[in-house]
Amino acid sequence: MTHFDAATAAVEAALAAGARYADARVMHRRYESMSARNGEVEALDQDEDAGIGVRALVGSGWGFYAVPDLSDAAARGAGTAAATIAAASAQVPGPGIDLVPAAARTGSWASRCEIDPLSVSLSDKGDLLVSATAAMRDHGADHAEGLYQIWDTRKWFVSSEGHRIDQHIRESGGGISATAIGDGETQRRSYPSYRGDYGTRGWELVAGLDLVAHAPRIADEARALLTAPRCPTGTTTVIIGGEQLALQIHESVGHAIELDRILGWEAAFAGTSWLDIAKLGSLRYGSELMNITIDPTIPGALGSFGYDDEGTPAAPRDAVRDGIWVGVLAGRDSAAGAGLDYGGSVRADGWARIPMVRMTNVGLRPGPHSLDEMIAATDDGIYMDLNRSWSIDDKRLNFQFGCEIGWEVKGGKLGRMLRNPTYTGIGPQFWQSMDMLSAEIRPWGTPNCGKGQPGQVGHTGHPAAPARFTNVRVGVRG
Amino acid sequence: MTEQSEQLQLAEQVLDLVRAEAGGPIEAAVSVDHQALALTRFANSYIHQNVADATTKVRLLIHADGRTAAGSTTRTSSDGLQGLVSRTVAASRVAPRDPGWPGLAPAEPLAGSGNLDDTTMGATPADRAGRIRSFVDAAGGLEVAGYCRTLHWMGAFANTAGQAVTGATTDAAMDGIARLRSADGVFDGVARLAAVSLSDVDGAVLGARAAAKARAGNDPVELPPGRYEVVLEPAAVADVLQNFAIFGFNGKAYAERRSFAVLGEDQLDPLITLIDDPLNPGDLGLPFDGEGTPTGRHILVDAGRTNSVTFDRRTAAQAGEGAQSTGHYGAAEARFGPCATSMRIETEATGPVSEVDGPVLDSAAAELVANVMRGVLVSDFWYTRVLDPKSLVITGLTRNGVWLIEHGEVTRPLTNFRFTQAYPAALAPGRVLGVGARPTPQPNGWGAARWTAPALHLASWNFTGGASG
Repeated sequence: MTHFDAATAAVEAALAAGARYADARVMHRRYESMSARNGEVEALDQDEDAGIGVRALVGSGWGFYAVPDLSDAAARGAGTAAATIAAASAQVPGPGIDLVPAAARTGSWASRCEIDPLSVSLSDKGDLLVSATAAMRDHGADHAEGLYQIWDTRKWFVSSEGHRIDQHIRESGGGISATAIGDGETQRRSYPSYRGDYGTRGWELVAGLDLVAHAPRIADEARALLTAPRCPTGTTTVIIGGEQLALQIHESVGHAIELDRILGWEAAFAGTSWLDIAKLGSLRYGSELMNITIDPTIPGALGSFGYDDEGTPAAPRDAVRDGIWVGVLAGRDSAAGAGLDYGGSVRADGWARIPMVRMTNVGLRPGPHSLDEMIAATDDGIYMDLNRSWSIDDKRLNFQFGCEIGWEVKGGKLGRMLRNPTYTGIGPQFWQSMDMLSAEIRPWGTPNCGKGQPGQVGHTGHPAAPARFTNVRVGVRG
Repeated sequence: MTEQSEQLQLAEQVLDLVRAEAGGPIEAAVSVDHQALALTRFANSYIHQNVADATTKVRLLIHADGRTAAGSTTRTSSDGLQGLVSRTVAASRVAPRDPGWPGLAPAEPLAGSGNLDDTTMGATPADRAGRIRSFVDAAGGLEVAGYCRTLHWMGAFANTAGQAVTGATTDAAMDGIARLRSADGVFDGVARLAAVSLSDVDGAVLGARAAAKARAGNDPVELPPGRYEVVLEPAAVADVLQNFAIFGFNGKAYAERRSFAVLGEDQLDPLITLIDDPLNPGDLGLPFDGEGTPTGRHILVDAGRTNSVTFDRRTAAQAGEGAQSTGHYGAAEARFGPCATSMRIETEATGPVSEVDGPVLDSAAAELVANVMRGVLVSDFWYTRVLDPKSLVITGLTRNGVWLIEHGEVTRPLTNFRFTQAYPAALAPGRVLGVGARPTPQPNGWGAARWTAPALHLASWNFTGGASG
């Protein structure tokens, strides 16, 4: 019995139990992670999971059931259970659910991978983390941490509309962090970001980071931050580095344009959105430099795939064009509910979870400037980078971010290092103040996006580059 | 996988496979966890997602010749288990050396077997939908959203040091908001409850409570930023407990001097006693941790004095000075360290607590409100993040209802605040002006944990911005 056979059996059972639509995903995933601390390996984990998740639509209600058993009987049982659960939703019914039309697809897709990350020896991987963390420790870090993570995922998708798709997605990434402990506070520096950078790539991504070479620098900076002057309090011009801007995009654009949030489906937990679907196509989100795309086709970016978990082929789409909001992240049901004609952004974090609207790669198109030009053009401001904390309200409007490090910008030059830099603002006001944007775009990977109940962890990509913003409130502290 | 005895047999079977594969001395530990989770979710006043899964996971930890490796699988067939054993043994042979290996948990009896409830164990989609129906109806026409969840966990653990234990527990929770739409905007009220038994979760009570808050939220005003006296309701206090668990009483953070905790020092107000006790009859009920160490009652803060922190075996060894595991190993959180999962603020029972009219949670919280000359009533916190782990400065927002208190009365709704506040400083000696009489079990939004929190009356909370920034 093939995995396609199991998925087909599950769909057949759901239809037989009364579903008017059903789909099933068989998934088999291997995960490996290693962490090191202060020159010693701390943990090595190699996990494997496999199972089938079935989604059934009965009347106006979805039902979902998942089991870690790929036998014919288990798959059929899961399909029946999904339809039964969906039928129970009729006790509290809602409006009818439609799905935007989708042509039946048969296809196969695999992410690009130059070096199979699971084929690299554990001792080589361990040596890398041990060397990097030892170097940070030797350069004054009180706590030196290193981490890599690898996911190798295969999926087989079947729908009652005739989809039959398999995918093989390999994701890799890693990073290092140095923490210095002072009197009553800690300072941290990371490379390339806290918990690392990730992509749909092989071990070549981690090898290319050259963690050991960057270890002494970040340890030195963490120590230096303990005695650096505090970020001043006030309103000023802020240049934000690419890694931090990637998270700014994630939190204040990516989540805000999720259609399930806009429709209120996430109101009780993740929240809603300040965006009103009636203003799609006319609302000014940011300055004319702001061009955001939803693009799951970017080679190697963490949010890339061939098909989403409803079988919709990956395709790029504008979300913000010349500062105007023009697109959303949607699934087939939410799109139909909003009167739109496209889905394509629905994924689940495993076979045991229902697919939901998720970011793919949501990021900026390149601007006309460079970081050097921004600094040179700034008489008085602050340059800050690498995220340390993030918080945003449930409508995705009011945010406050803390960064690991900042520098004064005076007279067009970088000045003193600043500790505890923070900035806060309101999304559209902030984005409308963006007056310079670098062309140095890089797709940062975020492997820890939480959403949904039960919770799901999404992997998203965010092309971003340094950008300059004016009249930003900085230096908020407790 | 229906019986704990079968789970234990499976764990022993994996140990046998390990011994055969290794062909020499080896330390190994196996945990077998079966979880049946069902969650019915509603939004816009109807059920829009309804999910369930039943999953067994086998986790294996091996230490041999100074090297350590771990792995897990959901494939419990012979092939799946052999694959887990083969790759984990192989990994242990080539993994870098692990000088911090703390050894296996010794054989030791459990203090309990878990908190098991038949109603929760046998809950059906219709049972959950019925509670949601009640929540919707009790909201009296307001739009509502939330979930009703049931969970049944069974686990077994065995290791080559002779520890062999089993346990089972159940968890039920309901968490919902009601939403008042008016010309001035949308105003949310919340009600949230965790329990061992689904029979203790009353959708009608929770729906009415959420609706009362939402209705009292209309036409809010924005207060200027500043430090205000506050009454935090249990949902907000739960956030304080969660951050204490992760960053304060986490034995790894403590051992690495990243925590504010200093044993023996009077760090919190004498009114605050913090206890972590998974086997308390109303609590999570996990009888052992992922290393097989029995869980139990631990007093983290005794009348304001920091008394202990939470350890797993590795962090206890790191901490030295005779520290022992407190049964707080969590495989998924190993990098972050051992965290309390069933923390509560101890209160003294002072008589019956009842529902009250208006936005205040109950009569226990209302008693605290009555003592405030001018302050802020906070229902819930949202998206709290650490600015500095050692001082535990947190930024976040209020959510689901915030009101002005004047002369002991709630006088008008407020728009949401952003705050930046060191949590230990907010509960420091002299800063806790009152502790509510009724602790309310709060479900954790992410992972297996429960926070049992009363309302708190605090002298000051640092609100750093309003809704407009």
